[in-house]
Amino acid sequence: MQDRAITAEKLTKKFGDFTAVDQISFEVSKGEIFGFLGANGAGKTTAMRMFCGLSLPTSGVATVGGFDVYSENEKIKNSIGYMSQRFSLYDDLSVIENIRFYAGIYGMSSKAIRVKAEHILKGLELEAEKNMLVGSLPLGWKQKLAFSVAIFHEPRIVFLDEPTGGVDPITRREFWQLIYEAAGEGITVFVTTHYMDEAEYCNRVSIMVDGRIEALDTPTGMKKHMGVGSMNEVFLQLARKATRTEN
Amino acid sequence: MKQFYNFVIKEFIHIMRDRRTLFILIGMPVVQILIFGFALTNEVKNSGFAVIDLSHDERSAQLIDELDASRYFEIRGKFQSVESLEQSFRKGQVKIGIVIPSNFGKDMERPGGASLQFIADASDPNVANTLINYANAVVLDFENNINGEKKIPYTIQTETRMLYNPQLKGAYNFVPGVMAMVLLLVCTMMTALTVVREKELGTLEVMLVSPLKPLKIIIAKAVPYLLLSMLNIASILLLSVFVLDVPINGSLTLLVGEGILFILVALSLGLLISSSTASQQSAMFISLIGMFLPTVMLSGFMFPIENMPLPMQVVSNAVPAKWFYIIVRSVMIKGVGLKHVWKETLILSGMLIFFMAMAIKKFKVRLA
Repeated sequence: MQDRAITAEKLTKKFGDFTAVDQISFEVSKGEIFGFLGANGAGKTTAMRMFCGLSLPTSGVATVGGFDVYSENEKIKNSIGYMSQRFSLYDDLSVIENIRFYAGIYGMSSKAIRVKAEHILKGLELEAEKNMLVGSLPLGWKQKLAFSVAIFHEPRIVFLDEPTGGVDPITRREFWQLIYEAAGEGITVFVTTHYMDEAEYCNRVSIMVDGRIEALDTPTGMKKHMGVGSMNEVFLQLARKATRTEN
Repeated sequence: MKQFYNFVIKEFIHIMRDRRTLFILIGMPVVQILIFGFALTNEVKNSGFAVIDLSHDERSAQLIDELDASRYFEIRGKFQSVESLEQSFRKGQVKIGIVIPSNFGKDMERPGGASLQFIADASDPNVANTLINYANAVVLDFENNINGEKKIPYTIQTETRMLYNPQLKGAYNFVPGVMAMVLLLVCTMMTALTVVREKELGTLEVMLVSPLKPLKIIIAKAVPYLLLSMLNIASILLLSVFVLDVPINGSLTLLVGEGILFILVALSLGLLISSSTASQQSAMFISLIGMFLPTVMLSGFMFPIENMPLPMQVVSNAVPAKWFYIIVRSVMIKGVGLKHVWKETLILSGMLIFFMAMAIKKFKVRLA
């Protein structure tokens, strides 16, 4: 159990008659980069919200960082980081103010923030832009900054909800570089994405269709099993079975 | 505590960076007070009047002089026919016309008495009514003066005293009104907008994932607007006392205390709106239509509630500004203490608890 960052067993979420997440079971190891794939409306976001403590499961069992999602919500919140598809930085705050704010809500001391911020900004080559408003930075920079902010308080697990929407392939590569660095430091990465080339970067991926997990394997294993050459084809074959559309 | 402090600092940075909005929030009450004080007044001064004097005697001349001498009227013309008077109305030169029939002076001596005709421009009925009342008052005065010379038995002399506002100044009425309006606008609308903005940005989600307690988020969001509103109360009171000569007859502490109570009601309304809407536009729309209009229409500040049809009077009870308006008028103008406004205070407190509970409940429902 100790080397499991996330576990789910028959985890289910219902909204009235609608079953958004239907008895999903899987485990994510510590330090793993776990890709959580699925078409729009497949139930990815709902599942992720349950792990983040934003929503309570209807039934089933789940733990995050060894803590129960029903009863140890507060402990989970202290051990995870979260980055949404909208990057969640404030445009009217400067780079350093954004860092200070987000680190501050995790209760980090001013001194620890200062030391760490210097280190991070150096790594991102954003030292000169420290006092610039985030709104004036290019999208790719914002996104990398948002990721650094999400793992600034050194969480054990970071949840990324479609973090690379709308940016160019080069920036996406650089972004994944950061993800690898974080995983190297022992942070478990749980990422949802639409880009199948990104799925190839993950250690393991699961593909959700209509609220259920249809496939769960390493990208190589999955391609082999389905007898196709790319993750894109794997996804299309599975997603074609979907009967429900978004909303 | 440090988390909370950190959050409040961030909110202040947001407000300070948005200079234009800040300027409006601070400047608006000042501008409103000045506009209401100097431009939009329902007192009528020096209105033009015209006379058709068919009598041409000593009495008629005396009456015309008295009208002209009063501060409400100023003579703009003397005509011989109603047609030429109407010309003058059309051009907007005069608001009221007075027709003095022939033999006016002599008729006054007779038992039946004399008669007069007032013709008013009723395209603005309120002004017309006010002018007719003023004119009647002047005529009554004129009559009394003459009767005083002659001693007629059995007349009833009425003496009117306007309590609390002897000069019938409009400012006594709109200062409390503007206060309610501004506080509602700053607190309700701005709070609603600031929370919904975080929703739109997706930053609210990040905060809900963080160990920060939702209640702390709500309070931290409200603190800067609470302070800003206090500043607004101060500027409104200073302007009223020193520029418009409206006294604070009651206790200042009570007045400020009631102000804070109303601010809290407005803040919780803003939070309620923000947790029930998804976009800044709809939050703004609901604040304006749902809050601002009822405040202007149903608080008794622009239109007297006593004159409304019963259903409207009932509805007006749900408008927080109505109660605050009554409280401010009582404390500030009449100078009464808490003993006389405890009922209104209790109603506002009840509203505060209700809206707060609703807002927190809604906020939690969203999380499930």
